[in-house]
Amino acid sequence: MPAKIVADGIRKSYANGNGTLPVIAGIDLAVADGEFVAIVGPSGCGKTTLLNILAGFDRPDVGSVKVDGAVRGGPSRKGIVISQRGSVFPWLTVEQNMYFGLNGHDPDRKSRADHYLGLVGLRGFERGYAHELSGGMLKRVELARALVVRPEILYMDEPFSALDALTSLRTRIEVLRILDQERHTCVLITHDVEEAIHMADRIIVLSPRPATIQAIFDVPLSRPRDLASREAATLKAAVLREFGL
Amino acid sequence: MLKRAIPALAVVLLLVGVWWICVVATHSPIFPTPLAVVTATLELLRDGTLWDHIGASLFRVAAGFLIAVLVAVPLGLWMGWVQGAFRTFNPIVQLLRPISPIAWIPIAILWFGVGDASPIFLIFLSSVFPLVVQTVTGVHTIERQYLRAAENFGVSRRKLFVQVVIPAALPQIIVGMRIALGVAWLVVVAAEMIALHSGLGYLIIDSRNAGNRYDLVVAGMVIIGVTGLLLDTMMRRMEGLRAVRWRYAR
Repeated sequence: MPAKIVADGIRKSYANGNGTLPVIAGIDLAVADGEFVAIVGPSGCGKTTLLNILAGFDRPDVGSVKVDGAVRGGPSRKGIVISQRGSVFPWLTVEQNMYFGLNGHDPDRKSRADHYLGLVGLRGFERGYAHELSGGMLKRVELARALVVRPEILYMDEPFSALDALTSLRTRIEVLRILDQERHTCVLITHDVEEAIHMADRIIVLSPRPATIQAIFDVPLSRPRDLASREAATLKAAVLREFGL
Repeated sequence: MLKRAIPALAVVLLLVGVWWICVVATHSPIFPTPLAVVTATLELLRDGTLWDHIGASLFRVAAGFLIAVLVAVPLGLWMGWVQGAFRTFNPIVQLLRPISPIAWIPIAILWFGVGDASPIFLIFLSSVFPLVVQTVTGVHTIERQYLRAAENFGVSRRKLFVQVVIPAALPQIIVGMRIALGVAWLVVVAAEMIALHSGLGYLIIDSRNAGNRYDLVVAGMVIIGVTGLLLDTMMRRMEGLRAVRWRYAR
């Protein structure tokens, strides 16, 4: 498979009180077209910074990010970010949120919005506002709003960590079901090893700050995945060993 | 609802009672009893002048306030969004803001004479600054994840403003409008010191000057209080709009 995203020698540091704080100390990474990569690491290790750089919201000090072979200049609708805090506009209805990324003159925007709302099981909530929905529903609106613009890449920054354990698991299963129907390239940032094993084709473990790639695991499990299986447990133990646990 | 209003009503009644007792006990020849104030209000109602005064004051406040909204909201959005505009205009806003509109009275007379334009100008001055400040705050406090999402979808500048920046700032703008209208009503009395023959402020000053009619003075004050409360209640309703409720707790 051709590489969709190629990160080449990424380094990044931030200025703080007395000098610079290196956050990312050289990361090379290639994500294949249609691949689902999870990036896990201890909290504060620079995972989010790495995602921001991959998605074009931040620039590396050294190195480059190429998407489809072209150097990434800034964010684009080709790759939509789904964040932990959520960015469904609370002043717009669910339907207006769905239309946000679409052209107002698009004759089939209604049917497209309708299709994706149906896909996430939220048909009937078109006129609702964010504060009238639960956390899990809101996540699904955000996913539907991203999918409706037909992005090629989904960047997910701890998208489920604000949800309770049950809702998180349920939403994960839902997302996997949807991604199964439409193949996207996915980059998931998480600190939850089980979530990574549940969703990803490949797991990249980052070192503590400044981040480098510490280990890479392939996830050879068939889908849908049984997290209680022996293979999953063995893999989880192996990944956790990288964290010294 | 009715039950919860009882303590508030009790305080009002207590205050009226104390007032009444004090006036009777001191045999004041000038200060009116609550009954005298009610009688005075009825007198104003009967000869129809009460509605003229209220109408005149409301007209001036509405005109000054609306001009302030038309100036302050676009200016505040611009200052909030464009850093250069903020750096250019914020110092002058902060410099003019603490000057009481009352200090502007001589200049208002000089520029606009003693017609309706002067009080409207003073009311405009009183409400324009709090509204600018709140609008700027509204834009400055837009949470970053929303702006990032808009950037991610690559929408036009127009769409960014109409669907993100303005609605995100709207709850703060509404708070600003509430504050501004409150201050505008507060200033109407002072502004009408220079008004000719109408308005609640004029009523108070005129009643004092024309024969120490303190019953009318207090009646005017009570009417100003009640009208102000009604105006604020009206503005509060805007906080109940579905598109802004996300911002307000409760």
